[in-house]
Amino acid sequence: MAAAEAIRGADDGAEIVVVSADPHGYYSRPGLAYYLTREIPEDRLFPFTPDDVRRLDLAWVTESAMAIDPAGHRVTLESGRQLVYDRLLLATGSQAIGARVPGAELDGVVKLDGMDDARDIIRRSARAKAAVVVGGGITALEIVEGLRARGLHVHYFMRKDRYWSNVLSESESRIVERELRREGVEMHTFTDLAAIRGRGGRVTAVETGDGAVIPCDLVAVAVGVRPRIELAQSAGLPCARGVLVDEYLRAGDPDIYAAGDIAETVDAHTGHRTLEVLWNPALLKGRVAGLNMAAEPVHVYEQDASINVTRLAGLHTTIIGTVGSGTDADLEGLSRGDSQMWSELSDETTVEAQRGDAHVRLALGEHTIAGAVVIGDQTLSYPLQELIDARVRATNVVATPEAPLVELINGLWTDWKAGRAQVCRA
Amino acid sequence: MGLFSTDREKYRTLATAWVIPEPRRCVQCGVCSFNCPMGVDVRRHVWLGVPVRDSRCLTCGECVRRCPRGLLRFEPIAPEPAGPDEPVTTAPARRKSRAR
Repeated sequence: MAAAEAIRGADDGAEIVVVSADPHGYYSRPGLAYYLTREIPEDRLFPFTPDDVRRLDLAWVTESAMAIDPAGHRVTLESGRQLVYDRLLLATGSQAIGARVPGAELDGVVKLDGMDDARDIIRRSARAKAAVVVGGGITALEIVEGLRARGLHVHYFMRKDRYWSNVLSESESRIVERELRREGVEMHTFTDLAAIRGRGGRVTAVETGDGAVIPCDLVAVAVGVRPRIELAQSAGLPCARGVLVDEYLRAGDPDIYAAGDIAETVDAHTGHRTLEVLWNPALLKGRVAGLNMAAEPVHVYEQDASINVTRLAGLHTTIIGTVGSGTDADLEGLSRGDSQMWSELSDETTVEAQRGDAHVRLALGEHTIAGAVVIGDQTLSYPLQELIDARVRATNVVATPEAPLVELINGLWTDWKAGRAQVCRA
Repeated sequence: MGLFSTDREKYRTLATAWVIPEPRRCVQCGVCSFNCPMGVDVRRHVWLGVPVRDSRCLTCGECVRRCPRGLLRFEPIAPEPAGPDEPVTTAPARRKSRAR
C-alpha cells in the first residue's frame, strides 16, 4: 500500500494492480494483538477508508500469484489469468512456521499471521478454558496477553529458562517474566512441546518432553516466521534467506522490486545484509520501491538501525540496533516484530540501569552505542535512537560505563545536536 | 506510571500542549482514534506526522495513555508550528485531472 501511494503520488495516470490473496484488504497487522486483547474492535484496524482506497485508483485482484516470467514481464495467477507489467513489486510477507509435532493438524492448533487467525483465536476463546502457548519473541506474548484478556488459563512454555534470550538481557527477560506471572500466566521452563493430543479431531491436551500431560483446548504456536520467497525463487531471482535486493530495492531484475518482510536489504555503509519483520521499515521499503518504480531508481533505501517499539507483558519496550547474540531456543526464525540485526552483537559490553520508570540497557560497540533496549518510560529511547542511527562517537559512554547513564546519554545527545560530537564511519 | 507529577504541571500541559506523534514507531493500530472522546482521527495525524492541532482536542490524554506502544506524548508547542490549518479527517485530496 505504501508503494501504491508513492506511485500514485508520482504518477497520476499509472495503472496500479494489487494482487493479494488476503480478502481483508489493508489493515494494521500489528494491531491484531490489540484486537485479541479487546483494546480495539476489528473494524477500526483499517487505516485507509474506502474513500482513500478509491482515491488511489487501484485495481484489486483477490487471488494468489503463482509464477513470474521476468523476461516476458508476466505474472500468472492461480486461475491461470496472466497480468502484464512494466514494473513489479513483490511484497509477499511472512508466514508462521508450524509446529512439527504429532497432533499439529488437530482442530484447536492456532497461529497469528493475519486477520483470519485473529478471528479464529477469538472464536475459540469464547468456549476454551485453557491454552498452551509455545514460541518466543513478540507474537508469543501477544497471544498470551490476548488469551488472558479473554479469561483463559494460559500456560506459556519455554524450552530453556528465559524469554527471548537472543535479544533481551537476563534482567530484561526477568522483568517480562515477572509481569507475566503477575498477570496469572502459568510459566513452564525447560519445557518442550512433544505432542498434541486430541479426541474427535480436536485438541484436548499437550504432552511435554518429560512426559507431563497438560489438558487444554487451544495450542498456539509462535515459533517464528519465514519470508515467502517461493515466487521469487521460482522466477530465478537471487535469494538467500530473503530476496536479495540492491540499494534501490531491485531484486536482481531492472523491473522487479521487493519490499517488506521478504526484502533482504544491504546496508550501504557496511555491505551487511539484514532481514527485518518490522512494520515501519516495511512501509518505508514500499515507499522507496514505489518511487523507484514510478520513475527511475534514484531513491536509495537507507538501512537504519532496526527499531521496534512494542509491548511485552504490558510493558512498553523499545529495541534498537544490535543488542543480543545467538539464537533463541523458542524461535526457529525471526518472530514478527523482530530483526536479524538485533542479535548480531559481537562485543559483549553492555551497561544496564534502572532509572525511575525505565530500565535502560546500552550495547556498546568500539566507539559507538551499537544498540539499546528501553523498557518502561520511553523518554530515553528517542535520543538513543538518534545517537545509534547517526553512529555518534560515544567514547565517553564506552569508556565510563559505570557513570550515570541518563546524564551521559542526554549529554551526548545535546553535544551532537549542538554540533560538538563526531560521527563514526562504519 | 503517572503522566503528571503535580497539578500545576497538569494544568500547564492542558493549556499549552499538543499531542505529538512519532510516525516512525506507529503501526496504525487505531487504538488512539478509537479512544478519542471527541472523534479526532489521531491515527491519521500520526500517519501524516503532524501534531494534533484539531480544536476538538481536549488534551484529555486518553490517546497518549492508551497507545499500546507509548509513542504519543504531550509537548508545549511554539505558536507557529508546521501543520494543516483544517482538521485532519481525510487524506489530502489529489488533483482531479489525469493524463490517460
